[in-house]
Amino acid sequence: MGEAFSLALQLVTSGNADLYEIVGLSLRVSLSATMFACLIGLPVGAWVAISRFRGRGAVLVLMNALMGLPPVVVGLLVYLHLSRSGPLGFLGLLYTPSAMIIAQTILIAPIVAALSRQVLEDLHTEYAEQFRSLCLSRVQTITALLWDARYSLLTVGLAGFGRAVAEVGAVMIVGGNIDHLTRVMTTAIALETSKGDLALALALGLVLLVIALGVNAAVQSLRMSARRQAYV
Amino acid sequence: MKLNQSFGASIVALTLATSAIAANQSIIVQSTTSTANSGLYDYLLPMFQDKTGIQVNVVAVGTGQAIKNAQNCDGDVLLVHAKASEEKFVEAGFGTTRTDLMYNDFVIVGPAADPANVGGMDDVQGALSKISDSEALFASRGDDSGTHKKEVALWADAGVDPATGSGEWYRETGSGMGATLNAGIGMGAYVMTDRATWISFGNKQDYEIKVEGDDDLFNQYGVIPVNPAQCPSVNVEAAKSFADWLISEDGQSAIAAYEVSDQQLFFPNAPKN
Repeated sequence: MGEAFSLALQLVTSGNADLYEIVGLSLRVSLSATMFACLIGLPVGAWVAISRFRGRGAVLVLMNALMGLPPVVVGLLVYLHLSRSGPLGFLGLLYTPSAMIIAQTILIAPIVAALSRQVLEDLHTEYAEQFRSLCLSRVQTITALLWDARYSLLTVGLAGFGRAVAEVGAVMIVGGNIDHLTRVMTTAIALETSKGDLALALALGLVLLVIALGVNAAVQSLRMSARRQAYV
Repeated sequence: MKLNQSFGASIVALTLATSAIAANQSIIVQSTTSTANSGLYDYLLPMFQDKTGIQVNVVAVGTGQAIKNAQNCDGDVLLVHAKASEEKFVEAGFGTTRTDLMYNDFVIVGPAADPANVGGMDDVQGALSKISDSEALFASRGDDSGTHKKEVALWADAGVDPATGSGEWYRETGSGMGATLNAGIGMGAYVMTDRATWISFGNKQDYEIKVEGDDDLFNQYGVIPVNPAQCPSVNVEAAKSFADWLISEDGQSAIAAYEVSDQQLFFPNAPKN
């Protein structure tokens, strides 16, 4: 453990180009996936939050269940579609960062949808009468809710990002863990573990932890400064 | 609607960005974990890239999965170690030609305590019989890889059906060579591994080679360019030039020169033409 700590410190401070490349790709892939997942998940979550329809209960159960999608299954499904012999093979996306973004988007969009649905539904219950009195359309209601809940929704986004940056099953299958092309933090950790270099694997794990901490801290400070602005 | 458009636009942008990468000459090699984990590619590929400018991307999985991926046209070159499966792959039209590339050998590693008392044996079937008779733990890949296929064949030669001890003394990890070594060492089990992975493996603890030197432990690697008639997406010229370079004098001497801890890991044996 001590060895891993000093190795992690050494990796970061030595300016290891390979490490920066891997960290950069991890962030690029998982932040992109989080963005796409929010673009899909937030409207879906909001729409379900304010709608009443037959079978809504079943939809809620399904949305919540999809939060537990196993990454390796998502990876396999995306592989089967993007493989040259699959329906989308002509795009040539397999073993590229794009394929990894697609897989992680599918993985975390249900998380964003299900969690935002809950947040927005609670908020909607609070404002429902007011919205009715203003005769807001459905789109206006959704926009108002999303804007009003933006700080809570940041946490929802972070939950999605956390899941994306930490998973290894999906990106391993669709990315292939190719050096200098699709190797990210988690697949690098899996590789070093399988080489028996446990100290290096753990050191990379520590770096990953620090990155996750950094992203969360950045969002937190953004939120706090935005709040302060709002009170001025 | 706006959301849909921006999502669509982003997908298009992503696609363009990746096709720009693909426009540079690059190929995908479907290969085994043993060659990748030993660091051979980190050593070989820069030489090839300097010479030809072709970027080689290696996907390292078990031989079984590598062959399936190549059959799905998700690779330009196949470099694995299961001769019978490779020949079937070529016969079925998925590959153009198969060429012997290099060899090394398999070994059985075990804990210093050596519960089945097989240390120093050079008769692998005899050693396997002793392990199964004493019901000493044995960790198998269990993943249809080249090493796993070889191990299954050796058990059959020894006249032992390890499946009867599955979950008891015979433990199938269903994962790669390194992961299986980690698991085997964790539970004190014997493991059959290729020598290259073992020499470069970093978590040996008190394990050492117990069984080696049997001719039946020979481990032959072959290289096969994927057939463009079957897979039009293949980068034919780049794939051929990579395979040709590997079996050329330059490639062969580069393979021979690769050492870890002063030990040569792979022995080139491509036919000279």
